[in-house]
Amino acid sequence: MLLYTLSRLARALVTVVLIVTLAFIILRMTGDPSIIILGPDAPEQAYEAFRRNWGLDQPLIVQYFKYFGAIAEGDLGRSMRDGRPALDVVMDRVPMTLALTLPALVFNLILGLGAGVFAALNRNTWIDRAIMTVSVVGFTVPSFVMGLVLAMVFAVQLKWLPSGGSGSWAHAILPVISMGMIGAAVIARFTRSAMLEVLGQPYIRTASAKGLSWGAVVLRHALPNAAIPVLTIIGFMVGSLVAGAVVIESIFSWPGLGRLLVGAVANRDLAVVQTILILIGFTMVFANLMVDLAYGWVDPRLRIRTLSTAK
Amino acid sequence: MTTPLMQLRGLTVDFDTGPRFVRALHGIDMEIRRGETLGVVGESGCGKSITWLAALGLLGGARVSGQVLFDGDDLLGMGPRALSKVRGGRVALIFQDPASALNPVQRVGRQIGEALALHRGLRGDAARTEARRLLDRVGMSNAAQRLNEYPHELSGGMNQRVMIAMALAGEPDLLIADEPTTALDATIQAQILDLLGNLQRETGMALALISHDLGVIADMADRVAVMYAGRVIEEAPAADLFATPGHPYTRGLLAALPDLDGPRARLAAIPGSVPAPNGLPPGCAFARRCAHVDGVCETAPPTLRVLPDAPARHVACARMDALWCGQNSVAAAPQTRERANA
Repeated sequence: MLLYTLSRLARALVTVVLIVTLAFIILRMTGDPSIIILGPDAPEQAYEAFRRNWGLDQPLIVQYFKYFGAIAEGDLGRSMRDGRPALDVVMDRVPMTLALTLPALVFNLILGLGAGVFAALNRNTWIDRAIMTVSVVGFTVPSFVMGLVLAMVFAVQLKWLPSGGSGSWAHAILPVISMGMIGAAVIARFTRSAMLEVLGQPYIRTASAKGLSWGAVVLRHALPNAAIPVLTIIGFMVGSLVAGAVVIESIFSWPGLGRLLVGAVANRDLAVVQTILILIGFTMVFANLMVDLAYGWVDPRLRIRTLSTAK
Repeated sequence: MTTPLMQLRGLTVDFDTGPRFVRALHGIDMEIRRGETLGVVGESGCGKSITWLAALGLLGGARVSGQVLFDGDDLLGMGPRALSKVRGGRVALIFQDPASALNPVQRVGRQIGEALALHRGLRGDAARTEARRLLDRVGMSNAAQRLNEYPHELSGGMNQRVMIAMALAGEPDLLIADEPTTALDATIQAQILDLLGNLQRETGMALALISHDLGVIADMADRVAVMYAGRVIEEAPAADLFATPGHPYTRGLLAALPDLDGPRARLAAIPGSVPAPNGLPPGCAFARRCAHVDGVCETAPPTLRVLPDAPARHVACARMDALWCGQNSVAAAPQTRERANA
């Protein structure tokens, strides 16, 4: 078990290194931070001093190994804008992003699982068709359209909610709903098809034949089996808790990680971009690891052999 | 004569296929008495499984009508709560593929325990002890350890034993076994059939054994109902049916069996195939494959009638009177099969 977890973590580490390597190369090949930060009209000496200061005058390969050497010592570099440690700059924004993505995830799960199960139990009735029609709309409409439409209706027309900013909890409502609607639509579809698959299985008939009420059959026999495929998609959503709000944050001027990333890429604020990518990589990988462990917990057939023989 | 334990009267089932309903069962009349074994035999798709699932309200998405009297109460008119008491309690079912008939993510002990809690009010240690006793009774070795295992850790035969243990949990009056050995290999099949026979003798429960395997039916059944295209076409005591089959279809089925002792001969197949449920002819569904077909067969589907000289036997064939008299000369030299378990 320990070995399994360790090998998963090692593979995860390789993934993150690859992501950062790509970002490292692409960012440096597509623009010179000194020009962007100092402006196009600064004297040539200023550019040179800036490049020397940040080590940009050295060959790419040297920069690359120096960067990873520093990471090994826990130093993720500094922001070129204000000289603060990149990790601090990034961590300052994490709570703001989570303030959107966590409620959106809860919203996703409650609405999506509920609607999916309900649709499956009322298969081929108008209830099922209505839920599925709404869900098609939910996941075909891109998040920025959804966000803009919601802002248009509830902020501009009805003036019930602010259209942007982060002053109060009311500012979070529209972004959370925009993200939640889309996630819920995806989860609803997955849940419905997983439930339909399970409800057609012989063991469901066995459970009914045993004399269980329909409610108990669904709750004790159908849901735990339907949870297995649904877990995968939930894993993706947990994985994107940190990264998933880039577009929505931009639309609603929410000062979270997503907006920081967009700004940092535009400014070629190298250390900040790389730190964000490392963080995103780690949450993705961690979420996937959690999903794998959850599979074993939900489905005994997927438990690792060493675990069952050790008992 | 005592009243039968379970009586199906005019049971029909229609499946909703979208644009229209397709009738799968055309008025089934069948009964099973306390303690007897009724064999229900027929080809795949003839409705033999559907009959019993429909009777217990286990067919989702189908329109079921007729009467299903169990100890005098009509199951089709029962509310869900009362029906739940009957299912798994007084009538238990076991199915064809035991591996997929058990919940893959629940331990065996818990699945048996669930039935014990429902029908006998046993919980906790009491349920566990009883579940262990049941597993012992169905011949599982290491019963205590098996309780903690999952279906995928057991073989097909062991899973079927678990299913039987679960069925026994409610101390049923009737066990419906739907092709209980079809998915198992031959030696395990014999063990499971022996087990069912023994349990039936010990508990006195009735057994409805659904199978397409005439050998299984001949071994186990007291009475046999032969089904074809959604109807019962012959019903008779097992010994009589195998000695002198009445309906041309039953004759065809028996003629298609290889003879172990006789000389090697080509097996007689029934020509043609079963008509689809939505393409049944107006008359007898077997008419197009029948060697004895006559004009009268094409008009209306024949109903079950008592044979002239055999009050315990029923056959649904318009030409039975003529055919039966012709056969009695054959019946004079019966090739009675010895019943293995008698």
